[in-house]
Amino acid sequence: MSSVAADQRPAERLVRFGSGWRRWPLAAGAGAAIASGLVLLPIAFLVVQAQRSGWGQVESLLLRHTVVTLLWNTLRLAAACTLLCAVVGVGAAWCVQRTTLPLRGVWAVVLVLPLGIPDFVVGFGWVSLDHGLHGYFAAVMVMTLSLYPLVYLPVATALANVDSSLEEAARSLGLGRWRTFWRVTLRQVRPAVLGGCLLVTLALLAEYGAFEITQYRTFTVEIFTEFQLGFNAVGACVLSLVLVLIGLVVLAGELTLTGSSRGTRSGSGVARPATRATLGGLTLPVLALLTALAALALGVPLYALVYWMVKGGSTTLPAASLAGALGRTAEFSAAAAVLASALAIPLASLSVRHRNRVTLMIERLAFVPMALPGLVVALGLVSFTVRYALSLYQGTLELVVAYAILFLPLALVAVRAAIAQAPARLEEVGRSLGAGQFAVWRRVTLPLIAPGLRAAFALVFISSATELTATLVLHPTGVNTLATQFWSYSSNFAYGAAAPYAALMVAISAVPAYLLSRRTTVRPEGGAP
Amino acid sequence: MSRLRVQGLVKGYGNRQVLRGLDLDVPAGSLTAVLGLSGCGKTTLMRVIAGFERAERGSVALGAHTLDDGQTYVPPERRGIGYVPQEGALFPHLSVEANVGFGLPRSERRGSAVHDLLEMVGIETLARRLPHELSGGEQQRVALARALARSPQALLLDEPFSSLDAALRASLREEVHELLRAQGVTTVLVTHDQEEALSLADVVAVLRDGTIVQQGTPAELYERPADAPLARFLGAVNLIPASFEGAAALTALGPLALREDSVAATGAGTVIVRPEQLEVRPRTGDADGAAGGLGGRVEQCRYYGHDALLEIRPDTAGSEQLLLARVLGEHALPAGTAVTVAARGPVSALG
Repeated sequence: MSSVAADQRPAERLVRFGSGWRRWPLAAGAGAAIASGLVLLPIAFLVVQAQRSGWGQVESLLLRHTVVTLLWNTLRLAAACTLLCAVVGVGAAWCVQRTTLPLRGVWAVVLVLPLGIPDFVVGFGWVSLDHGLHGYFAAVMVMTLSLYPLVYLPVATALANVDSSLEEAARSLGLGRWRTFWRVTLRQVRPAVLGGCLLVTLALLAEYGAFEITQYRTFTVEIFTEFQLGFNAVGACVLSLVLVLIGLVVLAGELTLTGSSRGTRSGSGVARPATRATLGGLTLPVLALLTALAALALGVPLYALVYWMVKGGSTTLPAASLAGALGRTAEFSAAAAVLASALAIPLASLSVRHRNRVTLMIERLAFVPMALPGLVVALGLVSFTVRYALSLYQGTLELVVAYAILFLPLALVAVRAAIAQAPARLEEVGRSLGAGQFAVWRRVTLPLIAPGLRAAFALVFISSATELTATLVLHPTGVNTLATQFWSYSSNFAYGAAAPYAALMVAISAVPAYLLSRRTTVRPEGGAP
Repeated sequence: MSRLRVQGLVKGYGNRQVLRGLDLDVPAGSLTAVLGLSGCGKTTLMRVIAGFERAERGSVALGAHTLDDGQTYVPPERRGIGYVPQEGALFPHLSVEANVGFGLPRSERRGSAVHDLLEMVGIETLARRLPHELSGGEQQRVALARALARSPQALLLDEPFSSLDAALRASLREEVHELLRAQGVTTVLVTHDQEEALSLADVVAVLRDGTIVQQGTPAELYERPADAPLARFLGAVNLIPASFEGAAALTALGPLALREDSVAATGAGTVIVRPEQLEVRPRTGDADGAAGGLGGRVEQCRYYGHDALLEIRPDTAGSEQLLLARVLGEHALPAGTAVTVAARGPVSALG
């Protein structure tokens, strides 16, 4: 009798494209078609571009020596970083959520905040303070410090919701503390760990800025260089396709792994809140480790920014250009956020309200950009506009569309959750009370999904404002954003001039990172997730 | 107040037909209960009447207006049919006041009309609350006031009391009954609870496998159900073999008077004897007290306080059938008691 059961009425699983009296699914269908078209566009045009040059050339490009080196570089970096992030993320999450660590509330916030510093700013922070820092070791360290919160966050949430009665049952069955941790606790949070590792790996595949700064050559760095220096479009496209393929393999691998480890609770007993292990004599060493982590991940980049800003001082700080860049960044990001949220509405409403094989596939498709590096989307759009719509090339619209495609998954997650909270039944009741379709949408649906739309807007806005790679490729000539200004100054070693732009980007993304950290510490009241 | 008529309604999802040629006649101003097990098509029927789904075949008409007949289709907002869904479905972002005023013109949403409605359902003090701050019963009251705000021609109640606990259900049921009676609005109540249907409704229509198998007053249905499954669905029952002779049915319990409309039955058949029609007396001593009754032994006694249901095995050799008898609680008999069972007529012959 719950509303969940009612939502699965056969009526709502039915898709009715084109039956005139219910125009909403038709509009949703059209919107979803546009969104999936946009998502597929960059990949399609990379393929077109590669094919045009002929398979012979593609083959010779792929069999180059560099490709093997790049593959090796990328994979060993991804392996080391993902593993380190998993260890650091799970360890820190366990200490905060399941031990008697002092100041847990403070740690819960501090450990998430590095998420608010763009990776290339972390790289900038370290390298600007120590020029000798480059190569494999530097890349692994910078990326681990930037990305471990992607594991920490989901695992901390999962650990807070772990059912301790399972652990107690294991102890009563004769398992020791450690074996219980390995066989029961870790098992329960495995989907969260895998999900976090997936995000880390995909971020590593997509990263350009931090590796350029630490002078470590991965696929993405090479693609950018080939595109920028030689305008070797075909080479860049072919390498991009390889990168997309790796991303999709990683995505599929994660799906298979989590598919087999879904932790469902059996029995109707109420889950007992998690119990905490006493750290005792380990309290001080653990505190020291966490302090070191926070100092390296958060302290060093922030110190570097402050240091360069003070040192650079008024001589290098053109206030007008800073305000201008901020303005352009805000315009582009806001436009992208509106577009991505608008595209997410039809996708989410189809997948929530009219669940079937087709809509499920469309929804999955919309998550593909997660495996698409910004650079790849940018190159795909470039090869499209150069051939078919030259007037759009390096126009504002192209950049905004690129952001919207890249961050569509973020918007979709937020809007989807909101639409799931707005059951179709409420719209029906609205109709029976005399309000027409449009009035019901305005008076019932829109207010109900407004929080989700706001969240989607904020997420996309922030991600766009701190995006570097696609921005460097697509920004309109003569127009500078925070990211491009930062990049041009820091590439010329004008650290003092670069720092204020980075500081502004950190300020923009620190707010949501803080809010995210609060979400894990405060347990939700009632049933609403 | 208008009469609501559904004729030959067919509706399915994909390959599954849910309603197969359903006819339902709801007299103007009556409270008609549609009674059926879950999955029998009750909710689908409601959704077609309300206009959320279109009929595949057949028609829906309210008073003189056709709402849906394959050509005409009146959208839900123009039907003038109020709808109270399961668990209320209040708009979570609107206050109680705003929920009730939702269907009113903008100028009346904040006026006395809303206050009067809230007063009518007894929650005028909760006007400013949000739905999540209300109890289940209060939510149902708001949903009812909201549906009545537009003075609908007809009102649909979809299992409105099923999510409430037993005590609250009984009292709210009574109150809603009074209120709807006073308003005189044509009402369809969908329920799976036979007690609710029998005690509230003027007319009960039983829905099974997508059609109405019987429609009548609660007493008609209880006393003269169309078939054995329906007889059992409406309450505990003894189905007793009988041979018919004129106005009497000859049974193991002796000759029983037949109800007037059953007199036409001839030959052999079955009669319906409700447990409360059986009289049970303990046999005293070892005298064969079966005179004017059937001897038997209590096998089990289910005690409910106000009454008790006895399962009695007749002494007759080869009798497999247990007899169910309802006695007042104070007359409950422990298992093992030897008893004499007699039946009070009149009874009905089964279909």
